[in-house]
Amino acid sequence: MLRYVFRRLLTAIPTLFVIVTISFFLIRVAPGGPFNQERGLNPVIKANLDRIFGLDQPLWMQYLRYLGNLLRGDFGPSYNLPDFTVTELFKVGLPVSIQIGASALIIALLVGGTLGIIAALKQNKGADYAVIATATAGSTIPTFVIAPVYQLIFATTLALVPVAGWAGGAFANKIGPILTLALPQIAIVARLMRGSMIEALRSHHIRTARALGLSDWSIIIKHALRGALLPIVSYAGPAAAALLTGSIIVETIFAIPGVGRYFVEAALNRDYTLVMGTVVVIAIFTIVFNLIVDILYAVVDPRVRYD
Amino acid sequence: MKRSLRSLLLATALVTIGYSAAFAEMIYNRGNSADPETLDPHKTSTVYEAHILRDLFSGLVMQDAKAEIIPGAAESWKLSDDGKVYTFNLRKGATWSNGDPVTADDFVYSFRRLEDPATAAEYASMLYVVKNAKEINEGKAKPEELGVKAVDANTFEVTLNAPTPYFLEMLTHQANYPVHKASIEKLGADWIKPGNLVSNGAYTLAEFVPNDHIKLVKNPKFYEADKVKVDVVNYFPTEDRSTAIKRFEAGELDTNDDMPLEQLADLKAKFGDQVRIGPYLGTYYYAVKTDKEPWSNPKLRRAISEAIDRDFIAEKVWGNSMIPGYSMVPPGIAGYEPAIADYAEKSQIDREDEAKKILTELGYGPDKPLKMEIRYNTSENHKNTAVAIQEQLKPLGIEVTMVNTDTKTHYGYLEQKGDYDVARAAWIADYKDPETFLGITRKASGNNYSSYNSPKYEELMDKAAAAGGDPAERSKLLSEAERVLVDDLGNIPLLYYSYHNLVSPKIKGFEDNVMDVHPTRFISKE
Repeated sequence: MLRYVFRRLLTAIPTLFVIVTISFFLIRVAPGGPFNQERGLNPVIKANLDRIFGLDQPLWMQYLRYLGNLLRGDFGPSYNLPDFTVTELFKVGLPVSIQIGASALIIALLVGGTLGIIAALKQNKGADYAVIATATAGSTIPTFVIAPVYQLIFATTLALVPVAGWAGGAFANKIGPILTLALPQIAIVARLMRGSMIEALRSHHIRTARALGLSDWSIIIKHALRGALLPIVSYAGPAAAALLTGSIIVETIFAIPGVGRYFVEAALNRDYTLVMGTVVVIAIFTIVFNLIVDILYAVVDPRVRYD
Repeated sequence: MKRSLRSLLLATALVTIGYSAAFAEMIYNRGNSADPETLDPHKTSTVYEAHILRDLFSGLVMQDAKAEIIPGAAESWKLSDDGKVYTFNLRKGATWSNGDPVTADDFVYSFRRLEDPATAAEYASMLYVVKNAKEINEGKAKPEELGVKAVDANTFEVTLNAPTPYFLEMLTHQANYPVHKASIEKLGADWIKPGNLVSNGAYTLAEFVPNDHIKLVKNPKFYEADKVKVDVVNYFPTEDRSTAIKRFEAGELDTNDDMPLEQLADLKAKFGDQVRIGPYLGTYYYAVKTDKEPWSNPKLRRAISEAIDRDFIAEKVWGNSMIPGYSMVPPGIAGYEPAIADYAEKSQIDREDEAKKILTELGYGPDKPLKMEIRYNTSENHKNTAVAIQEQLKPLGIEVTMVNTDTKTHYGYLEQKGDYDVARAAWIADYKDPETFLGITRKASGNNYSSYNSPKYEELMDKAAAAGGDPAERSKLLSEAERVLVDDLGNIPLLYYSYHNLVSPKIKGFEDNVMDVHPTRFISKE
């Protein structure tokens, strides 16, 4: 197992290299640059800016310089927020996104998982339909509808929580973003759990357990759950990578300083260094979580073996 | 016994509350649409930074709550007889926030730094009127050759290329603020970080969390600190306008600088006087590629311009947050008469008739329709404006197609003189003078997307520049130049901008003005 993990980590390096290279050249194919805006720059000033940021050098030289800096952990300054380096922006934003994303994921797994189990146990009865209906609603209503509705009900009308803002990470400010992110995930996890639990409950070893007279709950927790967890684990890997790197919609509507917005805004602003930073971050998160998922497979299901 | 104890406690409580209320910090929560690109005045380019920098720094001259010029770091100034040399007498005893005195050398350093190509200042052009500034910025001269001099510690002299009546207005722009030399030399790019930033304005920088908030606290060393009432101002980047409204309603924000305009009627009904809308010095226009057929024909451009129903667009698309515009320079600059198009007063029906006549004259008809492509940058309102115009031109037999690209692509394309018919653009005044609007359609300007090239226009603009010593004459010449531009339809003005602020009744000193300038030092909160 350890050798497997080590091999996977080794292959991550060329993967990252390819991703960085493709992204570097791809973003520069997009027309316009970091300094095009409504107020056009006179050519002298534009030339000065290009020189300061190294944009006047041939592309292959810029690429090599970027790689060199990257190997030293220097992602460069953000072009559009030059007071901050890309590293600083992530240092501020990543913990925020991770807090919200991780909380949302945990809630989704716990609540969604429980709802799914209940639905599976009470299959085709009232509770099952209720769970399915909620799940469908949760996964179809977009976050940019859930968020303002939450704000309208709980902040504006009931005045229980602030409308928006981070306030240094105050609990009241986190409720909205976490719930908004968690609801669609609860829906998805509930459906996955329901489906896989139903299948697990039909399997031979569960029938044996029932025949042996074991109680419902101990059957579920000790035996059925392990098998049913696999699809959830597969889903949770990429979901974790996406959730922990923030959501631009939630972050904009709730005005929290996460990194989700960078994924969209940096590209629209042609902020080359910030775009590369986001690409590297999401690539690392994806690689790491996919690896965790594969390890968890082996843990959850003893039938899975790696050399 | 118990009763008097209770009253004693009550009295103590009341006194304590009263005491702390009297000494409670006055905190102003200010919505500001977007984070500043940077807090280095020399590297800024947007309005959002301007508000923050105006609170942090004190330029030679500043603006009061009504955007009128008042003394800043300079308490008085003289202009030489030939109109080319300004001598500023700096305020005695004024200091930076760390106690260092503010001297003429600070301004020499700062102006040189603005023009130094190594700084790559986007607004270096602000000082091109100063001797040698343009040459320095182009790398053809050294920063030391800039026409600025520290006559002594308190006297700062600026030599201009020619008399420039709007020079003082230009000095209110944030690119012309002084920066603290010792900090920059010691800390390099980190000088703008909270805790490092040394400033000479009403406030100092306490916190800057990107995408979260910027906190400024009152600067006790400011020369008018006793008149500054707000102790702490928090700037919030309120990108999502619907959330901003809710935050304003909940009292989390005391003011906000924008609102969802499509909901304007509802907002006015709900917030009444708290909604402040009025003219802002900005023009929304369509550039036309005047150096290619058939758009090189001014009559054709005129037909298009007449056929557009601006009242409809202002009311239905922009909810009356924009005003129909018929000149390049918006109204609101004291002492200047904008050149309004002659068809502005004609009824829309008459204008359409005339447009139809012109089109027929030029040979366009149902079997030879005029094809027009409108380019615009992504935004709901730009799209709706283009669609409205498409509908308005259809009865005249004009086939309009549209191309929508994101803002960077749009302006990149225009700057590189890509092929197009008509393209949406806008200009917001950098300073309160018609020059800022008329300069962009000169043939040499990088912002001349229309590639407008009129010898008569150039001649009048040159004459106006030469008449700098006589403001009334200059104003007249500029107006004549604008008349040429408007009659020629070098571009098609559509709308004038307005500011749209939400202001809580608790806020005093937030005065409406065409530059939308609201320095926190004149504001107080109940």
